[in-house]
This record gives sequence, C-alpha cells and structure tokens, in this order.
Amino acid sequence: MSWFILRRTLSAGVVIFGVVTVIFVLSRLIGDPIALMIQPGMTVADIEELRALWNLDAPIPEQFIRFLGSALTGDFGLSIWQGQPALGLVLESLPATLLLTSAALLGALLLALVLGSLAAIKRDSMLDRTLMSLTLFGQSVPNFWLALMLVLVVSVHFHLLPPAGYGTGSHLVLPAIALGLFPLARLTRLVRAELLDVLSQDYIRTARSKGIAPWLILVRHCLRNIAISLVTVIAVDFGTLMGGAVVTETIFAWPGMGRLMIDAISHRDFPIMQAGAFVVALVVVLTSLIADITYAIINPRIRYA
Amino acid sequence: MHDATQINTYPQKQGFRVRLPRLYGTRMLFSEILSIAFLAVLIVLALLSPWIVPFNPTEADILSNLLSPSLSSEFGGPPHLLGTDVLGRDVFSGIVYGTRVSLIVALAAVLGAGVLGTIIGLIAGYARGWTDEVVMRLVDVQLAFPFILLAIMIMYILGPGLLNIIIVLIVAKWPIYARVARAEAMRHASSDFVLAATSMGAGHGRIIFRHILPNALTPLIVVAAFAVPQMIMYEAALSFLGLGLPPDQISWGSMLAAGRSVLEQAWWVATFPGLAIMGTILSINILGEALRKRVGPSSDID
Repeated sequence: MSWFILRRTLSAGVVIFGVVTVIFVLSRLIGDPIALMIQPGMTVADIEELRALWNLDAPIPEQFIRFLGSALTGDFGLSIWQGQPALGLVLESLPATLLLTSAALLGALLLALVLGSLAAIKRDSMLDRTLMSLTLFGQSVPNFWLALMLVLVVSVHFHLLPPAGYGTGSHLVLPAIALGLFPLARLTRLVRAELLDVLSQDYIRTARSKGIAPWLILVRHCLRNIAISLVTVIAVDFGTLMGGAVVTETIFAWPGMGRLMIDAISHRDFPIMQAGAFVVALVVVLTSLIADITYAIINPRIRYA
Repeated sequence: MHDATQINTYPQKQGFRVRLPRLYGTRMLFSEILSIAFLAVLIVLALLSPWIVPFNPTEADILSNLLSPSLSSEFGGPPHLLGTDVLGRDVFSGIVYGTRVSLIVALAAVLGAGVLGTIIGLIAGYARGWTDEVVMRLVDVQLAFPFILLAIMIMYILGPGLLNIIIVLIVAKWPIYARVARAEAMRHASSDFVLAATSMGAGHGRIIFRHILPNALTPLIVVAAFAVPQMIMYEAALSFLGLGLPPDQISWGSMLAAGRSVLEQAWWVATFPGLAIMGTILSINILGEALRKRVGPSSDID
C-alpha cells in the first residue's frame, strides 16, 4: 500500500511538472511582460536593466530552470494589476471556489443517490422513465444559461434569493444549483446503471432470501458496491466543476478563483492566470490521487502491489 | 414533452399507431425522430440564413431597441418575432445566424480532435513502450487542466476568432479520443487478424490504419456523438465570456452575454438563444443515446 502511494505520488509529480512546463511555454507565448512596463522616457539601457531584473535576458533553458525553481517556492511573480504576489491572490480566492464546488457536488451526489436508487428499484416504471428524461434535459442545459434563468425567475421575479454576492447561505443556493445540475444528472444516470447491475447479483438474492429489510440491502449491499465507480466519476467531475465555476462565479459575482481569472484577463494580468492554472491543476491531480487511495479503503480486495 | 418520457423504452410497445422507421434493427422513438427533425431544421437555417432572416443580425437599430417579442411590427416591415436586444438587433435573426457558428465549430472541432486523438492513441496503443508512456503522461497533463482555464490562456494568446476557438477545442479534447483509440489498439494488437496481416508482411502503418482502425471506429463514433454537444456548450461559454468571437460576429454565446446585462428589463434577449442551445444539445444527446444503446454498451463517456 505505501509502495503504491509512493508510486502514485511520483506520477502525480510528473503531471505537475508537465503542467508547470505548459504554463512556462504559454507564458512565453503570451508575450513580453516588459513591453507592458515600458514607460515614456525610458532608455534602451533602462529596458535592458528591467529585462535582467526578470531574468529575461538569460537563455531559455536557464529561464526555465529559474521559473521551475520559483514556481516550486510558490513564486509566480507579482500581479501586474494588483501589485501583490499572484499566488497569494489566487490562494485567497480558493476557499470560496472550493465552497461552491463542494456544495454543488455534495448536493448533486446526495440527490443522485436518492433519485438513482428510486429509478433503479422502479425500473421501467413511469417514475424511472420521467427521471431518465429529466437527466437528459439536465445534461443539455448550459450552466451559464441556467444561472441567468435562475436569477431571472428566482431573484428578479419572485425576490426569493439574492441575485449575486457572497457571505450567507442564501447566496450559495443559486450558484450551487446552476453548477450542480449537470453532475446531478450525470450521477443519477450512473447510480441507476450501476445499481441495476448490482441488483441482479447473486448476493442480493441471498440477502433478500434471508429476509433483510430492502432498505438495508440497498444501503449495506448495493451502495457500498457502487461506491468505487461513484468515486471515480466524482473525482473527474470535481476538476470539471472547478472549470465550470469560472462562468458561474462571474455571473453571481462570487469572489472565487474563476472571477479572479476573468478579471485578470481584462487586466492582461498573466501572472495571476499562471498561478491560477497551477493551483487548479494541483487540486485536480490531488483529487485523483485521493480517489485512487480511497478505492483501496472502500474495497479491501484492491491491494495495489 | 410526452415523447421525451419514453427515452428508455426500447424493448417496449409503442403507443403510437404510426410505425416508425428502424435504426440498427430497433424501431426508433418519437423523441429520436423529433431530434432528427430539429437538427435538420438547424442545418437548413445555417445553410440558408441570409435568405431567411428578416433583419441583419449585426446591424444596430437604436430606435427599436429592447422591443419585446411580438407578431406585429411597430414601424412597418417585418415583426421582431423574438424581440430585440439593447442595440436594437433582432434576436430571431441572431439565433438563425448563430446556428452557423455553433454547427461549424462543433463539427470542425469534433472532427479535428477525433482525427488527431485517434491517430495518436492508435500509435501509442500499438507501439506500447516509451511512446505509450509519453503519450499517456501528456494526456494526464492535459486532463489536469480544466477546459475553461486552458481555453482562457490559449485564447488570450491567439486572440478571438472562429478558427482559434476550433484550435482551442481540438487542443482541449483530443485526449479523450486518444484514450479510447489506445485501449482499442491494445485490445486488437494481439488478435488473430493482426497476426495474420503481420505474417503476410503488412507494415505497421497498414496494420494500424487498415486493420485496427476499422475495428476501433464504433466506440470512437459514440464518443464523438457525445462530444458534439459539449463543443457547442464550450463555444457558447467562451463567447459568453467574451473570449470567443470578435464582437462584430454573432453567436449564441455572445447573445447570451448581451442578454445578461439587460436581464431585468428584457428577459427575451437571454432566454431565446439559451433555448436554442439547449434544444440543439438535447437533440444531439437523444441521438447519441440512441446510437449508444444500439451499437452496444460502451464505457462511461465524459
């Protein structure tokens, strides 16, 4: 097990290295940061001095190594727009994003477990068919449009919830729904499909014949066995949601990373974009690492050699 | 939406008198026919938009701004069926023109990503060894970047434009095809027909593209079918954020962005383009589902 964790961590490290490399390449493609700092009255010598200050006069390989070094110590440069360390700004906005994405995903998961189980138990009933059609709808609604429609109906027309902002629980409801509908639809289909598979197994028949209460069979025997595929999909969805949150946060003025990134674009502030991409990639890689370790905990039969 | 409630009723009796045509041996559902019809209308709209639209969708007409949807016209001339936006641009005409961007982007991106990913994946799965290792690590790195963030950075470098959106989508989405194609190549590489071809002296290229590719095509087509709506959604998201097309070009996403700023005064500006996106995506999803059910079970697609 510890060997497995070590190996898995190493490959996560390779991915992070790749991500930092891609960020370096993109940052060199984005353009010369010095060009943005040139002010009237500067001489060529001044500009060269600036260049040297940012190591931009060094050969590319040396620049890359320096970039790696500073990235490892969390230094992605100063934000052009706010003048503070870019990584610090990104980390300050991370909790808001994590709150939104976890609320959306957790809500989606709990609801999907209930709806998916209902659909699987009442297979081919009216309820099942209605739910499955609804999930197709749910997977077809763009989250930013859903967000606008929620604001339009719930906030503008009925004045039930605030249209934007951050702080109280009522601010969280609309963005979480907008972000969570797609994973809800996906997870509901997944729970149903996996349950149908499990329900036809011999050990379920055995459990039934022993007279165990149906809900106990569902919770103890079925849900446990579908947990692995759920963890896999949730780990993938978490990364997707971090991306999807960009748009949702912009609409609801949610002070998370997504909004920070969008603001950074309009200010042509590439250090923030790089630090943001790095942090999100880190979260995604860590999520899939945790998912892999969770497999072994959920299913004792999995023993990574 | 009565038809939509019957999506999962393949083995069941149809409630309709009309006998619907078959697809892969299974009778089609009413919802599937409806989806095909919807997409057919979209394609016609996209091809014929200049002759269909009552107004130039990019032409501002400040006198008739924020008109609500109506069947009659205030100043004479054709009515603004779905209202106008803050600059007086006709929403209906915008939606009709928007079909072009959505369909072109989705098809070009799916095709591009599909071809690129398939070639890379087939080679990786067939060659194994370090080629495979490098490709799979690349895929991992790619998947660690959430789409929107990658797109933001690339669009920032390339600037807005139709071709650039397509490039971004190809860069973002090839790994899915690479994964599927790799798995298929590994499955078939040791099969008898490949062995037979090798023994007859077929080269690697011939084996990969003449023998393995045709056998790997079905799951790839299913993946592609589900990727089309995703591409439409991503294009709309990028345009919504102002990163997609230049402001003088119309797309469903940029219309939504225009609608967002007048949400409280004019609900129709954001509502109708969104309905167009949703209808398109739903139709393709229904057809993708129909395809997946008929050509056999496939792995979970995301």
